Amino acid sequence: MGVNMQALTSRLKQVDRRKMSFIERLYLVAIFKGMMITFMHMFKKKPTINYPEKTRPFSPVFRGLHILNRDEEGRENCTACGLCAVACPAEAITMEAAERQTGEENLYREEKYAAKYEINMLRCIFCGLCEEACPKDAIYLSETFAPADYQRKQFIYNKGELLIPHPKEDPEAYKKALGNRVKRESIN
Amino acid sequence: MLLAIDWFLIVEKLVLIVIVVMASLLIAMYATYGERKIAAVLQDRRGPNRAGPFGILQPVADGLKLFFKEEIIPNFSSKFLFILGPSLAMLTAIMTGAVVPWGHTIHFFDRDISLQIADVNVGMLYVFAVVSMGVYGIMIGGWASNNKYSLMGGLRAASQIISYELPMGISLIALLMVTGTLSLKEMVVQQQTGYWNIIYQPLGFLIFLICAFAECNRTPFDLAEAENELIGGYHTEYSSMKLGFYLFSEYINMFVSSVIMATLFFGGYDIPFINEADYNQNWMALFGIMMLMTKVVCFIFLFMWVRWTIPRFRYDQLMNLGWRILIPLALVNMLVTGGLVLLKQNHWHF
Repeated sequence: MGVNMQALTSRLKQVDRRKMSFIERLYLVAIFKGMMITFMHMFKKKPTINYPEKTRPFSPVFRGLHILNRDEEGRENCTACGLCAVACPAEAITMEAAERQTGEENLYREEKYAAKYEINMLRCIFCGLCEEACPKDAIYLSETFAPADYQRKQFIYNKGELLIPHPKEDPEAYKKALGNRVKRESIN
Repeated sequence: MLLAIDWFLIVEKLVLIVIVVMASLLIAMYATYGERKIAAVLQDRRGPNRAGPFGILQPVADGLKLFFKEEIIPNFSSKFLFILGPSLAMLTAIMTGAVVPWGHTIHFFDRDISLQIADVNVGMLYVFAVVSMGVYGIMIGGWASNNKYSLMGGLRAASQIISYELPMGISLIALLMVTGTLSLKEMVVQQQTGYWNIIYQPLGFLIFLICAFAECNRTPFDLAEAENELIGGYHTEYSSMKLGFYLFSEYINMFVSSVIMATLFFGGYDIPFINEADYNQNWMALFGIMMLMTKVVCFIFLFMWVRWTIPRFRYDQLMNLGWRILIPLALVNMLVTGGLVLLKQNHWHF
């Protein structure tokens, strides 16, 4: 930088080119200073989170694994209308519909339900469009994310893995699966 | 008739040998764990914490891993020397513990049992002889691999160790002039009654410490391995437990040199500010061993602390420090000490 130029930032630092004194040339003081710096690092807070035991708090709009919802009495919300599959840009969702039989009113909320419901988590891009498309509040994205697995086929989640626990039979697991996530309002 | 052999003595020495060897192996094992843990906390990390509580089983897992690795002996290597290398490194590392006084004499079954395998009257020279044999393990390993990188690593290690042995030896001569004995046991006894030798030989200790770092191939003098500059130093071609022996012997060396430094300069098993003769002999022996181990752990921590603070020397800087700074300093130290000792012997008071 020229003599007449003015520094635009405060980061300018003059290089000290003075001859080192005898004490400085011994380097022992400098070594001691450096060692004190590393020693003080022992008492610093560690930024690492012990992952499987502790997880980071997610934002309330985090989009994780899908969950198939039930109503307060534990009946499945999904009517297998297929809107989520249509909305899905990655074509990750497939389903098969079936008709509710008499005596199954405590299982399914409406006359039609999904006999099969599969999401391929390797294709899914977790955009949340299925959640927005669903008219029955049946599918939404939770706070958990897909765990690692050994085989590709393990990533195709079927209904058993997607369904939320029963709110009456297992209220604690239900609450946990529900999480703190806020469902995003559909855009319109 | 049996020869007049004291069978009890043989048994007690054998037991002592087994204990000392086992203890140094165990301590070296946990030094690897300590190294990783200390490296972690100095760098704001957590370190190994998966194997057992606080990762306490990590060294076992590491050892098992090394055992299960494929054992490779290169085709063009000389097989006998290739195996001899790590064995020699391990052997010399363990042998040093023989002359170290680990504690007071204990009294058991009407016998006085000395907690020292052999009180050799040239103990310090023995330590030096064994330590300088350690360089053969490295040299032979590097040469037998028949690999230019190994050979260069071995050469670097050898020239470094030989260069730093000189100032180390000279700094010790000054210490010997003060103590007047080569026996490690006697040195400790002197320090128990008088002051620790660090008071008399502060410069000598500093030189000894620096040389000990270089002898153990620890940073800032770890040019023998220099894992991010050389391919892998003298043990490039080694795998499985033979590599494990090399790595392990380094940790044992670190332990042994900590013990030697504690014994020579910091009173060995002496507990400061306490007159051991006033208390129960056996208990004092136990506390003495604990005291020695505390000092050793402090030194080992220092070794690791320095490793994670100071960057590696360039090779010319290393040689400059050794030949042009440490050796003259050690010589001056020796001459001054010699002069003072001479004056004192002629009843000069100052």
